[in-house]
Amino acid sequence: MNRVVITGLGCVTPIGSSVAAFRESLFAGRTGISPIVNVADAPEGDPGVRYKQAAQIFDFDPAQHLDSGIATATNRNAQLAIVAARQAAEQAELLQHHAPGDIAIIMGCACGGRATEESEVKNLYTRNARAHPLTIVRTMSSSGASNISIDLKITGPTLDISTACASATHAIGLAFQMVRTGMSTAAICGGQEAPLSWGFYRAWDSMRVVSPTQCKPYAANRDGMTLGEGAAMLVIETFESAQARNATILGEIVGFGMSADANHITQPQAEGAAMAMRKAIADAGATPDDIGYINAHGTGTQANDATEAAAIHLVFGERGSQIPVSATKSLHGHSIGASGALEALATVIGLQDGRLPHTAGVDTPDAALNVDLIINEPRATGPTIALSNSLAFGGLNAVIALKTYTGK
Amino acid sequence: MDDVSQRTIEIIAKAKNIPADSIKPETSFEEINIDSLDKINISFEVEEAFNIEIPDEALGSLKTVGDVVNGVKQLIEAKAAGSASAS
Repeated sequence: MNRVVITGLGCVTPIGSSVAAFRESLFAGRTGISPIVNVADAPEGDPGVRYKQAAQIFDFDPAQHLDSGIATATNRNAQLAIVAARQAAEQAELLQHHAPGDIAIIMGCACGGRATEESEVKNLYTRNARAHPLTIVRTMSSSGASNISIDLKITGPTLDISTACASATHAIGLAFQMVRTGMSTAAICGGQEAPLSWGFYRAWDSMRVVSPTQCKPYAANRDGMTLGEGAAMLVIETFESAQARNATILGEIVGFGMSADANHITQPQAEGAAMAMRKAIADAGATPDDIGYINAHGTGTQANDATEAAAIHLVFGERGSQIPVSATKSLHGHSIGASGALEALATVIGLQDGRLPHTAGVDTPDAALNVDLIINEPRATGPTIALSNSLAFGGLNAVIALKTYTGK
Repeated sequence: MDDVSQRTIEIIAKAKNIPADSIKPETSFEEINIDSLDKINISFEVEEAFNIEIPDEALGSLKTVGDVVNGVKQLIEAKAAGSASAS
């Protein structure tokens, strides 16, 4: 089986629309969470919900990146995906070194083109209007994956995975397996999501799991999640192909684990999350003692954080209270289908720089969770293996294991 | 039975697909298998039916049908009192 290394990164996120900007915000603890504004079609742009903030991207103009034909045939989610994928492909010199048919595009996107979905339905129901002819292609969840293929002229296996909050981690894991087994020599993998529409805000409001202010993952006073949007991409390829052309290797994917809770449509279960973590560790050929950092799913809800902490203790036993943990949703919010990709990006950057990102906005970790939560500032680390957890609604769990690349 | 109690019981019965006359104010959520999803669904339907808003912190304390009925009545009264003082 091939070793799988990371040679390109790209992103458009609430904390930076380039990897350099993302990195700077990550280590400065500068969040992208701000008051919700300008929600399309909502009275005075206000969605009328109990929570007031979200992680929004303000510096993205599709006209700067896409010609009018592509811009009109896509919603924001696919537009973010195209731009982030371009960054990663350029850094990796992907098309210079891999045949188009040998490259896979595996994306996570759960919500698709919500803005179009809502506006078209509104027009239909209120005035029996005709649908815009591009409604279907704007709204389909696979739009991001397809448009990356079209934009970069990649003809290999291209697909979208939709598993709610675990979509992007599932996508990265599948791409990893495809490159590891040689089905593809390289892949662009990650996720995109731009779900911040009026109806989406209201649907989440009714679930009563969104923080009135902002998420404080693993904190004693945590009171819910913060919604967000964004796209993040990794280019991965075989170690041999990267080495052959002396590519800069940014990190390595070493394992992937999946499980399902088989329990409840919204309430997570520790045993399910623990199984996915154990499988990722075993798939990496490692033991729990080898894990030096966990990028938690850490949404900031009472249920998730308590369950995830319990899962950590099930897997790691006594070490469970000693492994550094942080939740970067405190910075970039919860972008649903894309969140696993933003967290993978944060983890890769953290391992590469030897600095583990901290959990912003948390003064007092919940002692009952009994984890070593990184707060206040990043923490130095040597080379290690990290887990990035995604624990989704419906009990779908995906965990990837990432390793610092040390030059060999 | 008063109108608020009757309508609230009917909402709970419909949510659980059981006869309304099988539910009494003293019936506990546990007895009729109301889980967290049922609770959130019932709260929403009750809010819509009576045009009230149930605070997040109140949800956790609801354990019986009677708790819901009493809570609804309190919120209706509070809303009426608020409207009266505003006019």
